[in-house]
Amino acid sequence: MDVLIYLIPIALGMGLLGLGAFLWSLKSGQYEDLDGAAQRILMEDDDRPLTDADRAETSDTSD
Amino acid sequence: MASITASGADPEAFVRTRNGHQEMDLLVSGAHCAVCISRIETAMREFSGVSNARLNLSTGRLSLSWTGASSQAHDMVRRLGEIGYPATPFEPETGADAGSQEEKRLLRAMAVAAFASANVMMFSIPVWAGADMDEQTRQWFHWLSALIVLPTVAYSGRPFFTSAWAALKTRHVNMDVPISLGVLLACGLSIYEMLVGSGHTYFDAAAMLLFFLLIGRWLDSRLRAKAGAAARRLAAMQAASANRLDATGQVKSIPAREVQPGDLLLIAAGEKVPVDAEIESGNSQLDAALVTGETRPVEAKPGTQIFSGMVNLEAPLRVRATAKRDDSLLAEITRLVEAGEQSRSRYVKLADHAARVYVPVVHSLAALTLVGWLLAGAEPRIAIINAIAVLIITCPCALGLAVPAVQVVASGRLYKSGVLVKSGDALERLAEADAAAFDKTGTLTIGKPQLTNRAAIADEDFELAATLARTSHHPLSRAIADLAGMGTAAHQVSEIPGGGLQAEIDGEDVRLGSARWLGVDARGDAASEVWLQRGDNAPVRFVFADQERPGAAEAVADVEALGLPAQMLSGDRREAVDAMARRLGMTDWSAELKPAEKISALEAAKTDGRHVLMVGDGLNDAPALASAHVSMSLASATDISQAAADFVIQRDRLDAIRETIEIARKARRRVLENFGLAALYNMIAVPLAVFGFVTPLVAAIAMSASSLLVTLNALRLAR
Repeated sequence: MDVLIYLIPIALGMGLLGLGAFLWSLKSGQYEDLDGAAQRILMEDDDRPLTDADRAETSDTSD
Repeated sequence: MASITASGADPEAFVRTRNGHQEMDLLVSGAHCAVCISRIETAMREFSGVSNARLNLSTGRLSLSWTGASSQAHDMVRRLGEIGYPATPFEPETGADAGSQEEKRLLRAMAVAAFASANVMMFSIPVWAGADMDEQTRQWFHWLSALIVLPTVAYSGRPFFTSAWAALKTRHVNMDVPISLGVLLACGLSIYEMLVGSGHTYFDAAAMLLFFLLIGRWLDSRLRAKAGAAARRLAAMQAASANRLDATGQVKSIPAREVQPGDLLLIAAGEKVPVDAEIESGNSQLDAALVTGETRPVEAKPGTQIFSGMVNLEAPLRVRATAKRDDSLLAEITRLVEAGEQSRSRYVKLADHAARVYVPVVHSLAALTLVGWLLAGAEPRIAIINAIAVLIITCPCALGLAVPAVQVVASGRLYKSGVLVKSGDALERLAEADAAAFDKTGTLTIGKPQLTNRAAIADEDFELAATLARTSHHPLSRAIADLAGMGTAAHQVSEIPGGGLQAEIDGEDVRLGSARWLGVDARGDAASEVWLQRGDNAPVRFVFADQERPGAAEAVADVEALGLPAQMLSGDRREAVDAMARRLGMTDWSAELKPAEKISALEAAKTDGRHVLMVGDGLNDAPALASAHVSMSLASATDISQAAADFVIQRDRLDAIRETIEIARKARRRVLENFGLAALYNMIAVPLAVFGFVTPLVAAIAMSASSLLVTLNALRLAR
């Protein structure tokens, strides 16, 4: 059963990583425009990711 | 009434300057795909100095920032119109939006609870399955479970603990009291069992309970945040600007909310009055249909007090503001709306009804279990464990989901048919409605005059009238122009206040106006007819009347067929109301009602034990909408009416009323079924707990199964 000493922290660490990723994506405004995100993938031109300036703007009003 | 299409607000008034950048938010209509996004954003980036142009497709909001002159805002809005996306300036809500913040807080709590309830299973399942597990490993697994669950309970349980504590402080019980008690006792018992090193722990049950309950709570708050955002969006489309004259006589366009009492304002013909004001100079007529429900225009001369929401029809007016925007909507109306909302907040929701029955029953059951086991001679520890097991297993997981799940599904379905639901309990109140009251002007009728004797007018005369009418904002002119459609407009038309339109066409003097002005012997009401005179020919009469909306009679009949006898409450003149009631086949009507009298009509129905559904749109309806048992408003209504109503019907489709009532009734049935399912679950689970058969495994299965069942039942409503 000694293997559990490694496996349990690994398993919990992966879960925490997922939770952290979700909380980060929530905070960075990635769920602000779900319809838009679904459509933007179809656009031909290079769509740049949100810049810090955009983020500051969205967080002004909605966060 | 047509304020949704274009508010006519000056975009430059809504430009904000920050760090040398100009910023503006626009509400763009018509965008729905990737092509739209890229066309809009590309068109905006083509302007000089634009550093950011991003469209949020979900909210239709376009954020722009650029360096340079703020007057560029005009060109940007015009360009958007040219490429087919009409835009209106949008005032970003001041301060943080409480609704969406609450939603995010619950979402974070839910994510943490989801993580904990999934990962704690990693330790719980081996403990349940591993009969041959050695004592040390099991102890170690319990400690790890505690390590995951206790911080989670402290974090994710807060929404429940704070609400339960607030209820207890005022000596009430709500659903959060048994929830908090169940979760805390589950943790406490588990810690005790862990320390004495024997028996079962319920850490997994505590985490799972929180997870399921937070789903219900989050759905509920999401529903409210979504409706709130949609309502704000409608209000923003009516963002108003005002033209202020400064000391030097310069006109500057500012947002209406920046107007101070004493400011001198200019109101052009066709503009909405932004704030309450007194006329300094100018003579005109004002359309007060939104404010009083009166279809006949109000005469305005220097000294006349005018109110925000009226529309200036004829000639420019110079007015002095007497109130700020926020104080402008008649102090009386605002006060009445607030009073109505307060009386409604006393409404007891179905879930609270359930809690009032549920909590005492459950708590006495737990107490009886404790006493019973002690009397039967069990040792205190066993008796306490079984009593706590009763509290854990009855923790109203299914009850917590029963109501919000149904309401989310129901309002999602209504949203698709163009009806906004402002709150979950609005559906419950609508299902109880057993009488209906309709406003006339703007609700059952279009609220604008329509030409009624087109057949009696020669085509030639009609065309001639249209060429004149196309140049004017007056509602009677608009009625002719709208009916005639696109066409030529006469040149050099002069508009004579209190008279009509005059122009010279093909060397002949053509006049379109009131009987008095033309010297015709008037046969009817001055406000509902105009005359056309060409040279010395005999004058031709044009008669107008407000027409019912398409489908109004059917909508009223449908509502009556559902068991809601309909009456009409109007502020308009007796004859106009009588005529419309006849056309719609309504026998019960009252006319010339002031806002307070509409309320007393509703109060009278209430004392008769009726639950009235009020449908209205005007400023004068807002207090009645707020004090009715449940209320609906149209998307073309004034913003204060939309704020006061429980439902807002988009696109002004009156047939949506019937559909909304039907869905509300179905939703109520589903909620009651869900309560039934939750009761059934308890009838099975409680005896097991009382007699000490509930292990943590049984608790986990029973609770998740019951939650799943009520959710599936709620989803049936979507079909």
